[in-house]
Amino acid sequence: MPEAGDWEAVIGMEVHAHLKTASKMFCGCSTDYLGKPPNSNVCPVCLGLPGVLPVINRRAVELCLKSALALNCEIQPSTKFDRKNYYYPDLPKGYQISQYDLPMSRNGWLEVDGRRVGITRVHLEEDTGRLVHAGDRLESADRSYVDLNRSGMPLMEVVSEPDLRSAAEARDFAMALRGILRAVGAGEADMEKGQLRSEANVSIRPRGSEELGVKTELKNINSFKALFNAVEYEIKRQARELEAGRQVVQETRGWSEPERRTFSQRSKEVAQDYRYFPEPDLPPLAFAPAWIAELRSSLPELPAARRERLVSESGLSEYQARLLAGDLEVADYFEELVRRGLKAQPAANWLIGEMLPRDEPLSVPVAETAELLKRLEASAINREQARAVLDQLYETGKPVAELAAGLEQISDAGALADVIDAVLAANPQAVADFKAGKEAAVGPLVGKVMQATGGSANPKLARDLLLERLRR
Amino acid sequence: MTLSRDQVRHVALLARLGLEPGEEDYYAEQLSRILDHIERLQQVDTDAIPPTAQVVEVLPVMREDEARPCLSQEAALANAPETEDGFFVVRAIQEADPG
Amino acid sequence: MTQLYALTIGELAPLLRDREISAVELLDAHLRRIEAVDPKVKAYLRLTPDLARAQAADADRLFQAGAAGPLTGIPVAIKDVLCVEGVETTAGSKILAGFKPPYEATAIARLRAAGCVFLGMTNCDEFAMGSSTENSGFFPTHNPWSLDKVPGGSSGGSAAAVAAGEAVFGLGTDTGGSIRQPAALCGVVGMKPTYGRVSRYGLIAFASSLDQIGPLARSVTDAALVLSAVAGPDPNDSTCFDRPLDLSQLEAGVRGMRLGVPKEYFEVAGMQAGVRESVEQALAALEGTGAELVDVTLPHTDYGLAAYYIIAPAEASSNLARFDGVKYGLREARAESLMDTYLQTRRQGFGAEVRRRIMLGSYALSSGYYDAYYLKAQKVRTLIKRDFDAAFEHCDAVVSATSPTVAFEIGAKTGDPFAMYLNDVLTLGGNLAGLPGVSLPCAPAGGLPVGLQVLAPQFREDVALLVARAYEQAGGARAEVARVA
Repeated sequence: MPEAGDWEAVIGMEVHAHLKTASKMFCGCSTDYLGKPPNSNVCPVCLGLPGVLPVINRRAVELCLKSALALNCEIQPSTKFDRKNYYYPDLPKGYQISQYDLPMSRNGWLEVDGRRVGITRVHLEEDTGRLVHAGDRLESADRSYVDLNRSGMPLMEVVSEPDLRSAAEARDFAMALRGILRAVGAGEADMEKGQLRSEANVSIRPRGSEELGVKTELKNINSFKALFNAVEYEIKRQARELEAGRQVVQETRGWSEPERRTFSQRSKEVAQDYRYFPEPDLPPLAFAPAWIAELRSSLPELPAARRERLVSESGLSEYQARLLAGDLEVADYFEELVRRGLKAQPAANWLIGEMLPRDEPLSVPVAETAELLKRLEASAINREQARAVLDQLYETGKPVAELAAGLEQISDAGALADVIDAVLAANPQAVADFKAGKEAAVGPLVGKVMQATGGSANPKLARDLLLERLRR
Repeated sequence: MTLSRDQVRHVALLARLGLEPGEEDYYAEQLSRILDHIERLQQVDTDAIPPTAQVVEVLPVMREDEARPCLSQEAALANAPETEDGFFVVRAIQEADPG
Repeated sequence: MTQLYALTIGELAPLLRDREISAVELLDAHLRRIEAVDPKVKAYLRLTPDLARAQAADADRLFQAGAAGPLTGIPVAIKDVLCVEGVETTAGSKILAGFKPPYEATAIARLRAAGCVFLGMTNCDEFAMGSSTENSGFFPTHNPWSLDKVPGGSSGGSAAAVAAGEAVFGLGTDTGGSIRQPAALCGVVGMKPTYGRVSRYGLIAFASSLDQIGPLARSVTDAALVLSAVAGPDPNDSTCFDRPLDLSQLEAGVRGMRLGVPKEYFEVAGMQAGVRESVEQALAALEGTGAELVDVTLPHTDYGLAAYYIIAPAEASSNLARFDGVKYGLREARAESLMDTYLQTRRQGFGAEVRRRIMLGSYALSSGYYDAYYLKAQKVRTLIKRDFDAAFEHCDAVVSATSPTVAFEIGAKTGDPFAMYLNDVLTLGGNLAGLPGVSLPCAPAGGLPVGLQVLAPQFREDVALLVARAYEQAGGARAEVARVA
């Protein structure tokens, strides 16, 4: 038995992503189902009425192939759909059309934290409907409510090799995958909206061991943060179990965000028997090499390449480049700022330090951010003022020109002379300290000047003027 | 080839078919008789033979990605045995329900 | 004069066109006939007289406007597995009682557009599983030629309706012989097209890789006419192909054609001497009109039934999973849990044969048995297809009996599922190989109809129909309307 803490986690991911199509996977219903009244975004096909047949959405296949190519997968020359049979009220046909032994693609990789994580397969399937439990409604507890609006949404499944070793890597894998999906235009991959659903298969083993431990499958994960927390919790829980001499049970565990713990959902002792067989309603697909070549050449710059370019072209650090390139929109935003003539380093710092931590970081139009940063670069306002203007931008959406009016820095030495005189007169001790050799005493004096001007003084100018007077 | 009562029970559960008392034996006997005949498939040498899932070759035709109007909620629910507030209603899933 | 209800489409068309009769009169003649004989035959599960009257009135307007087509005003019987929008469609099963589809099967929509008049939904074996129509969840149908006999199945209601003058033609579906075998037992013409010729959209699926929709009619020409109306690609069915169907040369005769006679098909278990004699006479008649009979072999015939009774039930077990008491049809109200809802709804809603096949199919697909059963059956299916490919190297069409027996007594085989399955032994090969096939009446045996089956290569409905037409013209039995006594 290893010492407490001397465990290595082994994590594989199964990620499901909605594809950004106009219509569902096998029927013409809209994919714009969120917020619609229950069962109002359905047709005979996605309701699973007797007699209906599926027809493959070409765009969904295309987006799946593009994603697979971006994940460095081998596209299989021929592929087919299969039926996965099981009973559940949100599965209207009693089977899900999925892919079993001939998935669309295999053997790829995704770079996560500077390291390649194997992608086992990427395949296409249809989503189920949604079950609303009585607990979510105020009805009696003996009923469940079925809404099939989501039934038949195009769903891509990405399965990774068990190459991840920590909760942070698991989270970064999902984030990197989201970056890829957004870059190729396959999907929005918003976890909170259920467009990206991550399941983690977690096991632990004594560090140095080559054997795999018993794994649990974590579900119910609705954000990147939750993914991190769930995996982190599960690794510790499994270690506790083993250190207490107990076994890890192979099972599905749900993550409870409010309780911040995983809980057993369903024992896998009685293995599901899905009775997969080839979907007789859909002919097998064979992809023309020309089509694959065309899709490959249509791939946009992917996050990894963009990161390298941001380092080489814009002179950003690896860290900055990774933060910016991981998200298509953030990277585009940054490059637009540079295109508008701003210096790369300060723009990157501003974006990373001031904007990305906010709730909807890119809700400020890029033109306004550019305007704000230009004033900062020209020292027309100071950083503190700029931050205050940014707050206003997020809150009111008014233009920078209006918000920054009257905030011009006092950059005129003459205008500051009186303030400086007054500050020196009011702080004899600081002046004495400085003259006694404590040059650092100038700092608080600059602060006093800023205070006295309501923050509008150019701090560099204030400092220069103070030093000039003190050394006189 | 004979099917045991346990196998009948297992398959009936997989297929969600309730069995009434005595039916296990009835189905075990009948299915075994059919499987006896089917057993002859094992005499055929199929080592080099590919399976046929679809017997007529067709060029796969994919649909263009265009959204079409859906059914109304009323039409979607019209045949349902039980509905409420636009939902299909089912008995709640019990912990004991396997899979 | 012959009764209106006894005529073919070919005979009715000039009468309607020249306005000697109206579509409404034709409909009324059928409704009267149904009223007179259906209490005995029980071909229909439910009639749609209001819909029919409206369609007949529309048809008469088309005739008035000179805008009618070849099927305008023709009354049709529809097998209860084909969804008709707004009309209760149950697949002969209690589990779908009350189900009114909010959409229409493609084949039905095409008949509607062609101006046909929908008489109602005909009885069938539940979910088309059976060869006698005794597996209907509602009641058995009787053979119009001998009321204590079965009409065959599963499209027994449509076949009996056409044989009894209760419809000019019917639509059926054929998964292992379900059009051809009842056509044979009822003395009418039945055609199963190449798999994929007719869209399956709106056909309540039994076995998706085998099911095909086709006509039951009183002449080969009628069957061809109906096939032309319902065939062709459909954006809602990915397995439906786009290939030309030219049925304009059916009168060309068989002179110089080679007809393959597979010896295995004349040696199957339970082959009745009368059936064999009748078919041999028919072959001789075809030879007399210039065809050459050649011996062919279909060496895997003995394995066809076994392969079929894995593949069809396996697909069925999945296709019928949707009947769970949630979205439509029956729900067992006393169920206390979701699991109980599933178990009890499906126990109460499905009949014995359907449950049997669902279990067999679930077993064949289940973990540990897939390779030995399902995969093995699919490989044998390949061999059966290859048998036919090889046979068609030596002949233009394969001819045989449709069913080894004539119609049997109601109840004679219900206790022995396996004996019932043997009815399909000459037809299911055509489904496994995806071939078009026709059954048409030849000389009766013991006063009961016998069917001659003509199978042609994939996509060659024209060949199968041409051979059938040649035999029909050579004085073979004509599909007549039974007196129903």
